[in-house]
Formats: sequence, structure tokens, C-alpha cells
Amino acid sequence: MAATEETIEDVSALEKYKYGFVTDVESELAPKGLNEDIIRFISAKKDEPEWMLEWRLEAYRRWLEMTEPKWAMVNYPEIDFQDLYYYAAPKSDDDRPETLDDVDPELLVTYEKLGIPLREQELLAGVKNVAVDAVFDSVSVVTTFKEKLAEAGVIFCPISEALQTHPELVKKYLGTVVPVTDNFYATLNSAVFSDGSFVYIPPGVRCPMELSTYFRINEAKTGQFERTLIIADKGSYVSYLEGCTAPMRDENQLHAAVVELVALEDAEIKYSTVQNWFPGDENGKGGIYNFVTKRGDCREANAKISWTQVETGSAVTWKYPSCILRGDNTSGEFYSIAITNNYQQADTGTKMIHLGRNTKSRIISKGISAGKAQSTYRGLVNVHPKAANARNYTQCDSLLIGDTCGAHTVPYIESRNAGAQIEHEATTSKLSDEQLFYCRQRGIGEEEAVALLVNGFCKDVLQELPMEFAVEAQKLVAISLEGSVG
Amino acid sequence: MLEIKGLRAEVDGKEILQGLSLSMKAGEVHAIMGPNGSGKSTLSYVLSGRDGYDVTGGSMTFQGKDITALDPEERAAMGMFLGFQYPLEIPGVPTMTFLRTALNAQRKARGDEEMDAPTFLRLAREKAKLLNVSNEMLKRPLNVGFSGGEKKRNEILQMALLEPTLAILDETDSGLDIDALKVVAEGVNALRSPERSMLVITHYQRLLDYIVPDHVHVLANGRIIKSGDKSLAHELEKNGYDQFLTDAA
Repeated sequence: MAATEETIEDVSALEKYKYGFVTDVESELAPKGLNEDIIRFISAKKDEPEWMLEWRLEAYRRWLEMTEPKWAMVNYPEIDFQDLYYYAAPKSDDDRPETLDDVDPELLVTYEKLGIPLREQELLAGVKNVAVDAVFDSVSVVTTFKEKLAEAGVIFCPISEALQTHPELVKKYLGTVVPVTDNFYATLNSAVFSDGSFVYIPPGVRCPMELSTYFRINEAKTGQFERTLIIADKGSYVSYLEGCTAPMRDENQLHAAVVELVALEDAEIKYSTVQNWFPGDENGKGGIYNFVTKRGDCREANAKISWTQVETGSAVTWKYPSCILRGDNTSGEFYSIAITNNYQQADTGTKMIHLGRNTKSRIISKGISAGKAQSTYRGLVNVHPKAANARNYTQCDSLLIGDTCGAHTVPYIESRNAGAQIEHEATTSKLSDEQLFYCRQRGIGEEEAVALLVNGFCKDVLQELPMEFAVEAQKLVAISLEGSVG
Repeated sequence: MLEIKGLRAEVDGKEILQGLSLSMKAGEVHAIMGPNGSGKSTLSYVLSGRDGYDVTGGSMTFQGKDITALDPEERAAMGMFLGFQYPLEIPGVPTMTFLRTALNAQRKARGDEEMDAPTFLRLAREKAKLLNVSNEMLKRPLNVGFSGGEKKRNEILQMALLEPTLAILDETDSGLDIDALKVVAEGVNALRSPERSMLVITHYQRLLDYIVPDHVHVLANGRIIKSGDKSLAHELEKNGYDQFLTDAA
């Protein structure tokens, strides 16, 4: 290349927009690919403080040195991280359907089966001009919620908003449970996270409501790299429900969320998830890759963290909601139902890290596989030498429907304290033809019978869900397994 | 009510029913007796439509309708009930939930309104009381940890709630002591009516002292080889099956 041409190119490059692509901050979509400029763009879009940008950039630099983990029992084509979009503004009203008639009828059928009220269906489907407030007719429930929460001093807002209004709290806790360099996907999330929720419960406050109904109807715009931070200050309590039984579609295939929970002295956090992302079709085409890092830190004495999850969606799930039992007398719980059908794959479980004295953990996992699906429970119980009187109970049950699916259980137990009591029970069974016939002889149709039997199998976990969602979750179990027999 | 003609059926390619014929009218109680391996349980499964029990010949009509191609749940909705020899355990599903699901599934299939929870609860408690089934038992997962007697009483409770037109009772007496047998038999007798037929399958005559049949049939080698009234049962008790088997051969 001639020197002159080179100079011309250099000069024109300098003239390019400083974020490295020809668009301005008003743009609704960053171009594909990931580099420092994209991260600057995301941060600028959200008008973040300087330290947040630095934090993201640091994460990005570390991420460049990391490799994708391959140890999970899941198979998927190589992801080209430069072929993804990392920023897209929420859909404008113009792209939204006019009425429910414009919505995919298959989606509506599922809403119907779940018993979701019409107005709420419109909201979930993103129908134009349906505002959250309008969903609950005359009374604006949302406004009431906001007032009640404010009265109690609870902070509950998008994390992007918290960065503006309570930067000191975010700065103090962000990344303290899941460090920036924790793992490939968490590090990626740290660099590019889109949005998510921020919750702070002040000392001694029992959050006056389940943070669920509100959340469910506000959730649509969280994006693919969700970041959630919940802090329960001393002596406080909060129950939080994430997700939705209604099927969620998304054009972004890769989802890598991070959730951090911090429970201080005597505080309790109950975190429930219903995950129903698009699992792909019955031939395994499409579907979301869900690589999530969720961890709770019982940072001070007597804290308690409980995870409950119902995982029915996504093509590939990689998820281990964990508890660090740091304070003395802390306890961690993990209740899980993971349903895989067709070509779905799930590698999920938990980690219970016992550091403090008299720490307790309880793991109840129910895995159901049907079709050609593969489901793996992977769990770690780790007892530190100083964790005197640590106790763990693990029960891990797998149910197979048909003979082309698989269930795997991979427990890791690392105890470095001879006084620890660790119990592990595991069963694998097949949905029995006899049970099925028994139900059918009583007049219960085949699919309903499967749903009944599977819901029975999952009961120990279902009863941990907040009441309002337990019923919907039961229906979801049924819908997820449609077509799995016969 | 039930008309079986020359019925042939096989399991895993082995022919078990070899031209069985039986005719039952509404309100009648028929007993089927026979030695082990004669096809008694197979008959109950073939009638109720269990997968893997394939009809290869003959016909069976229930309430005037050929039921050969119907699913088990369709036959149930038509009013067919099978009391299992070994009732299945369904972990995690409370007995009450199971019963209501079954009743409403049948009502729905017949185009009737589903029964609401309070009405059902009242009905179930009332029927349960008659069968010595406690409220506590109704809350427990279906048959899980139930004793043999509890399981059988629970079967009869299901029958009482579902009100079938044809009840097939497969070895309902097996595993019961005499007191439990009496309770179960009383429950069954209370359900006898001019609209309801019963097919009582048993190995021993003992049950028939309590549930007195109108007709008794001897099943051997997949066929009914002898029919008679209740005295036939006594004869069998006294002389065993051998005489009929040799006669039939």
C-alpha cells in the first residue's frame, strides 16, 4: 500500500465516530460484534458514571483472555461472539402488534392454557397501547405497589436507574458475590449487561409484598444480558419472583444473566424463578441458550437464602444457583424442577459453600426428561475446614418419560471438616405404564395423566413457590410435556 | 350391557384369550373363577383397553357400542370401571385431587359440567365415611403407604364416586383379612343396582359368600368352559378346577 493511501485511510478513520461505527448515540442498535467501543456506547447510552464504564471495560479485557467452559453435558454449535448484537433499544410502539389478532396464534393457545387473563395476555404479547397501568382495570395496582414499597423504604427499580439514583449502593455490592472474573459468561455479562433489577431492603423491613406481580408485567424489556442485584439488609425479608410462565420469545439466541443476592445479618431472601424461554421446535431448531450465573451470599450470621426454580424453557440451560454460607448459622436452600422435552438440554444444579459454623443447606432437585432431551443435575457441596457442624441434605430425583431421553446426576462433595453431616439421596425412575394406565382407566386422558403424575413427582418443589405462581407452574409442567407420550 | 363374542387377545405375541364369550345384562353380577394363568386378569385388561393387550379376533360391545378401538379413558367415560388387584401408588398426588380429576375428566368427556371443589368435597367425604376411609387418608398421596385393606377400600370409594355402569373387580379379595373383606364387600353390595352390572373376578369362593353373584363362570385356557349359578362356585370350592379342565380337554 502506498504511503499516501495509508495516510488517507488513517485520517478517514480518525473522522469516524468515536464509538467506532457510523452511528450516533441516538441510534437504537449497535452494530454486531464486541469491542471496547461498543461497551463505551452501551455505557454512554445509559449515562453511567465513569467507574461503571471502567468496571465494564475491565471485565471485557479479562473476558478476552478467557475461554468458553466445555465441562457441562450440553452440545451446541460454536457461538460466534462477534456475530451478536450487544445493544438494542426496546421495541418502539410501531413494531408492536395492533391487537391480539396480530399475535402468533400458537402463543395465544398457550396463554389460554395457562389461564392468563385477556388484558394481561395483551401486555405479554406487547400489543400496542397497552400500558401496565391499564391491565388492572380501574385501580392502578402498579401505582399502589410503588407507594407501598416507597413507604417501607424498599428500593426496587431497574439497575440502570439505581446507577443514577443510588450509585453508592450499586458500587458497594455489584460484583461482590459473582466477581467480574467468575466465569466466561458472567464476565461477558459484566462487560455488556443490558439491564435488570435492583432491590434494596432496609434493615428490619419485611418487604410488604412479593416482588413478583409487579415484576412480571414490567419484565419484557430486560434484554439478553440481564443483571440483577438484591440486597437484604440486617433483619429484613424479601421474596422475589423472576420470570413468567407465559412463553417468552426472543430473537437473541444467547442469554447470559447474572444474579447476585446479598443477605446481611438475620436477613432472608427467597428467590423464585420460572423460566420458559423458547425451547426450540420439536426438531430442535432454534431455541434460547441460557447460560446463567446466580449466586447468593449469606454474608453475615443467621442469614438465609432460598432458591426455587422451575426450568422448562430454553434449548440449552447452564445454570447453578448457589449459596455461600459465610456467616455463622446461615442456611441455603435450592429447590429445582428442570423439565426437558424434545431436543432440550439442561445442565443445572447448585453449589453450597459452607464457610461459617453451624451452616445448613438443603437441595431438592427434580429432573424430568422426555423426547430426546438430556438433563443433568450437577451439584457441589463444599465444607470448609472451619465450618464446624455443617449439615447438608441432598435429594436428587430424575424421571424419564419414554426411552430416548437421558438423565444424569453428578454430585460433587468436598468436605474438609470431619464433623460435617452430608446426606445424598438420588433416584432415577421411568414414568410407569402401569401408573399411566391406572389414571386412564379412571377416565383421565393420557396427557392429563402425565401432567398429574409429573406434578406429583415435583410436589416437594412446587410447594416452595409463591402461592399465586404454584398453580400456573403446575399448568406449565403439563404444557411442557405435551406430546411426550403416545 | 356387555357382549363378548369369541374374543381372542394376545400379550407379547402369546395368545391368552382364545375365543371367550360372555353376555351380561344390566343389574347382573357375574363371577369369573379360574385357576392361575387362565386369563382372568388379561380379560380385565383387555376389557378396559390397556396398551399391550391386543385383540386379534372376536368382538366386545359395551352398551351396544364396539369398544375394541377405544382408549381406556373413553371406556371409563362410558361407565366402565376396573378395580385393580394391585392398586397403583401415585406419589405426590393427594387422593382427593386424584378422585376429583378423574370424576371431572369423565364428566367433561360426557359433556357434563365439572363439579366444583366444595360440592365434590362434600360428596367424597360422605362416600368415604361409608367405606371407613378417613379424611386424613383422603389427603394422603394416592395409595402411598396404604395398607392392603386401605388400598382396596380406596378402590371401592373410587367406584362409589365414579358410579360406573359396569364394574370389573379383579381379585378384590386378594390380600384382605376377613374383616377388611367384609367392609369391602359391604361397600360393593351397597352399589348394586338395576342399572349397574358387576364382573367379579376371583380365585376363591370366599368372596362370593359376601358378594353373591347371579351367574358364575369358569375360565380356563382363555375360554369360559362352564357357566352356572352360585352353586357352581361351591362345587369348585369343593372339587377344585381339575374336573373342568379335564372335561374341557
